[in-house]
Amino acid sequence: MKTIIDIATLKKDYHVGEVTVHALRGVDLKINEGEFVAIMGASGSGKSTMLNIIGCLDRPTDGTYLLDSVNVAGMSKNERAAIRNLKIGFVFQSYNLLSRTSALENVELPLMYNRLITTKERRERAVAALEAVGLADRMDHMPNQLSGGQQQRVAIARSLVNDPVVILADEATGNLDTRTSYEIMSLFQELNSKGKTIVFVTHEPDIARCMTRSVVFRDGHIIREEDVKSRLNAAEMLRALPVEQD
Amino acid sequence: MNPGNLLKVAINALKRNKMRSFLTMLGIIIGVASVITMLAIGQGSKKSIQDQIASMGSNMLFVMPGNMRMGGVQQGSSSSQRLTVADIKAIKTECDAIVAVSPEVRSSGQAVSGSSNWPTTIYGGSEQYLDIRSWTVVSGRNFTDTEAEGSAKVCLVGRTVADELFGEGIDPTGETIRFKNIPFKIIGVLSEKGQNSFGQDQDDVIIAPYTTVQKRILAQTYIQSIQMSARSAEESALAESQVEEVLRRTHKLREEENNDFEIRSQEELATTMTSVTEILTILLGAIAGISLLVGGIGIMNIMYVSVTERTREIGLRMSVGGRSVDILLQFLIESILLSVFGGLIGIMIGFGASSVVEALTSWPISVMWGSVILAFAVCTVIGVFFGWYPARRAAELDPIEALRFE
Ligand SMILES: Nc1ncnc2c1ncn2[C@@H]1O[C@H](COP(=O)(O)OP(=O)(O)OP(=O)(O)O)[C@@H](O)[C@H]1O
Ligand SMILES: [Mg+2]
Repeated sequence: MKTIIDIATLKKDYHVGEVTVHALRGVDLKINEGEFVAIMGASGSGKSTMLNIIGCLDRPTDGTYLLDSVNVAGMSKNERAAIRNLKIGFVFQSYNLLSRTSALENVELPLMYNRLITTKERRERAVAALEAVGLADRMDHMPNQLSGGQQQRVAIARSLVNDPVVILADEATGNLDTRTSYEIMSLFQELNSKGKTIVFVTHEPDIARCMTRSVVFRDGHIIREEDVKSRLNAAEMLRALPVEQD
Repeated sequence: MNPGNLLKVAINALKRNKMRSFLTMLGIIIGVASVITMLAIGQGSKKSIQDQIASMGSNMLFVMPGNMRMGGVQQGSSSSQRLTVADIKAIKTECDAIVAVSPEVRSSGQAVSGSSNWPTTIYGGSEQYLDIRSWTVVSGRNFTDTEAEGSAKVCLVGRTVADELFGEGIDPTGETIRFKNIPFKIIGVLSEKGQNSFGQDQDDVIIAPYTTVQKRILAQTYIQSIQMSARSAEESALAESQVEEVLRRTHKLREEENNDFEIRSQEELATTMTSVTEILTILLGAIAGISLLVGGIGIMNIMYVSVTERTREIGLRMSVGGRSVDILLQFLIESILLSVFGGLIGIMIGFGASSVVEALTSWPISVMWGSVILAFAVCTVIGVFFGWYPARRAAELDPIEALRFE
């Protein structure tokens, strides 16, 4: 099986004035193609820092990091931008859609920064991505005309559109209610079943149980790493939820 | 991102804040419109002065009696009687850069025809006088050399004099008028020249042989001034030095003595007159330029606001692969669009305002293409210059911090 992410003795320090914050203190982590990994841990344990480095938004202070067999630890700002454009898909807690821009154009955005993709191809791929997240009928809607769950679906479509080697989600269900969270998890599970590698930061154990493996951080270390035993099926969970009464 | 997409993104961003974009552009619009109008007005008044000076004559030079100084003592009393017909003869034979020479004498008085009378000025010259002063005869003929030298009682009248004495548009050739009780036969009518830049009516004249004016009206043999035409505008300076040399000799001036005459050329007159309007143009242009600068600062201000407002957008664009240069260009194009589009509107308004001024002043105002191109270039430079710092601030944002920005 192909290793997508190969991290060894990774460290990240932040300097705030005189103080040095050790956000990551030597992390080893391997993630294979097709895995759906939950990153868990207390607040401030370094989860987001880890995810930002995996996503090439940030660079480690020390250590090695191979993404899809390419050493990205020493890359320049522009090289990292190109890597993000081609190999990474991000999903954020607060959706981060461009306001007053249609769902379709939001999804097209990553491809706009790829000069090799024609306007026609860009449009086609964005439409396909929106269809894949079940929003075929909402393409021309603006973010403020969509519910939180729908906005997150648009964000997921955006993360898919460049066919990345890994999708990174930082508390992607953090702003959503239980039902919508399971809807989103069901979508992620579907993507994963088609072979997408996903790394998902979450606080909620139930959400983590939808994935294939969990990695737990504390104080910049990985303290536990285990395969999920009784994996939940988000679609079934959804059906089991009591119908809301009003 | 490719240029087409960058442009689209920038246009969309501006469209999203229509009112703000318009108000920001307004600074540039006003600046450019005033620069263009001011330069057009300056150019127009300069052109009108040049036209009027050109209408005075062709490559004209003239000599007036001047004050003579001798060891610091002014010898002014007789100075007005220092130019003579002999001077003219000498100039005619010796100065090869001069193609026409004429004396000028003049007298003001009442012209009378039947029961009408009109106060005007009679000018006396030689046969070449009309050519030198760019007069043409529209009906009848010029007086001949024989008439000019022989005190013939003939004259040419300007349009205004003809109108006042004989009635609007009537051709008085062949009629007789009296000037200071001397009867003159009208042998021709002069072409119309209109007003000069001082508001004087140039058609309010009578032109007669100088000998007639000297003997019959002024009763003197001196000449008030000498009028000449140089062969070309370029030879005007050469002609001036030749004339000076000849007159110093005929006036028997010694080495250390100053000239007892003054030579002026149409060239000099034009230069002096236009330099005044040029200074005025620069001043007006500079004030207008300052308003353009203020407009530029307005753009910079709004671009900073825009960058701050859209920090999260910038973070997002970076996270999906936007490079610093993409972000820089996005904001730079936005500010260039603001200034260039504002500039275009300003140019149009400038054209409009210039034609309004033209209608009001009847100056030959024309917007110079140079100033349009300049305004356009300045706008682009303003867009780049004032957009640069805000855009660079956007480009240098850290993607993580930008995404986290509240
Ligand atoms: N830009 C920064 N400058 C200084 N310190 C930082 C910075 N970013 C993170 N840290 C510190 O690094 C540590 C890890 O932060 P991180 O955001 O990775 O935590 P987290 O596990 O994602 O927490 P949460 O669950 O609350 O999101 C924290 O102590 C935090 O204060
Ligand atoms: Mg976090």
